[in-house]
Amino acid sequence: MRIIPASDSSLLVVFGNEISPALHKRVIALFHALQAWHDPRIRNLHPGYASLLIDFDPLQLTYDELNSVVQQMAPASDSMADERANVITIPVCYDIEFGPDLADVAQQAGLSLEEVVRLHSSPTYLVYFLGFTPGFAYLGGLPDILHMPRLTSPRPLVAGGSVGIAGSQTGIYPFDSPGGWRLIGRTPLRMFDPEATPPTLLGPGDRIKFSPIDRATFQDISSRAEARLR
Amino acid sequence: MTIRIAKPGFFTTVQDLGRYGYAHLGISPAGPADPLSFRIANLLVGNNENFPVLEMTLLGASLEFERSAMVALTGARCECKIGSAQVPFNAAFEVPAGAILQCGSMMTGARCYLAVQGGFDIPLIMGSASTFIAGHFGGLNGRRLQSGNVLQVRQPGASRIRSLRVSVLDPLGAPRVLRATKGAQQEWFGPEAFAKLFSGAYVVSEHSDRSGLRLKGEAVRPRESSELLTDGIPLGAIQVPQDGQPIILFVDQQTTGGYPKMANVIAADMHRVGQLRPRDEVRFSEVSIPEAVQLLREQERWIREIFQ
Repeated sequence: MRIIPASDSSLLVVFGNEISPALHKRVIALFHALQAWHDPRIRNLHPGYASLLIDFDPLQLTYDELNSVVQQMAPASDSMADERANVITIPVCYDIEFGPDLADVAQQAGLSLEEVVRLHSSPTYLVYFLGFTPGFAYLGGLPDILHMPRLTSPRPLVAGGSVGIAGSQTGIYPFDSPGGWRLIGRTPLRMFDPEATPPTLLGPGDRIKFSPIDRATFQDISSRAEARLR
Repeated sequence: MTIRIAKPGFFTTVQDLGRYGYAHLGISPAGPADPLSFRIANLLVGNNENFPVLEMTLLGASLEFERSAMVALTGARCECKIGSAQVPFNAAFEVPAGAILQCGSMMTGARCYLAVQGGFDIPLIMGSASTFIAGHFGGLNGRRLQSGNVLQVRQPGASRIRSLRVSVLDPLGAPRVLRATKGAQQEWFGPEAFAKLFSGAYVVSEHSDRSGLRLKGEAVRPRESSELLTDGIPLGAIQVPQDGQPIILFVDQQTTGGYPKMANVIAADMHRVGQLRPRDEVRFSEVSIPEAVQLLREQERWIREIFQ
């Protein structure tokens, strides 16, 4: 573990330099320990693949104080991550209308549509961290055969809830935005709702599974979600 | 009491001091681009320094007041009038009932702040009234203000108008130098790269906004082009993409990123970043982290001492 000053108001705790669930477990353990500390002098925590950035108020907390707090917390808390890991099921409708690149992905992987759906919905994925936009989860665990470059030119509008593939990543667009990922389906769940507590469906360290649903179920869940909003 | 937006200006949003504690969900703090001018505006009209304020960018808004109110304008100077009468800057003044306060183009700096006594009545989302454009929430409907929008103003409590002891200098009257500490990936860059960053002049590109300022100037490149694992980004990070042209990450930034962070603008100079305009020239000078913290302490003392 290395502790690096990143700015006058933040320090970066680096656990290693690779994407691995074992390193990530240590990131999440420290993240949870610092959250549980509930100290207002700590303003923000930014987990990454193998690091945690801690943003603090330098007028209230010194770099040295925070450094020793991190040293004390980091080793003891390895086991906490597992106890807290939720497995969240995300229903996904893998329909051509919601996943306009599904056929393309299947062809490039040399698979049938059904096999793509089965392969994408079989692993338990790890939420490494959230970033890029509010509620966007960086997931690990996509089967190698589904690794695929992003589109050469991004779409001007991708609907919120769209599930896509880019490189070794799969992810869910939290809201309508431009995007270059290959789209294979859509979830009717709201990944980000600023009025909800917590505002995102997923958090760092969560585990998720995609569960295939048909169009009727998609419509049903969507309309129930809308009714709740009204 | 309400204020109606007759003209929204170029880019006007509601901001308070920002939304903290949600970066792990991909939510950056937002908040004022120039936090010093923001706080001074609130303090002048006797508000708590975190009350919601309007942040206007490059071209100010025209605002119609339903009833009379005490307001203050701070930050970048622009010609602000009620009818043909010019209104003061960096001082509280009264806008009469029914009047339209017209704010024009900013002559120096990029952002002007308008505080109203009592503060704007904006629902808090995750504890803050700040507009976060990329997240489509906060402020008024998560957007910049539009013509015809109506903002509610809270009834002022027993607040006292204050005035400045000295005339507050234009925050960018000083040379456009941003002081910076070395960043989390400083080892990626050799002495030549740092010599370039800390001596060259950089021009602020038009493709700059509250999420980041893109700079054009002498390229600074890492020693070798290895891949950085995506990690957290601090406010004010100076990150360097492959083309070697630095980007200063700003208040609406992404919370994580994959480019190496070479240096970081100090907290005490972030208000200067908020006043940079496209095509402005800016330079960096290196300070140590203890110096940066000391400068922030001095700035906090300064803001308490400037009021009468």
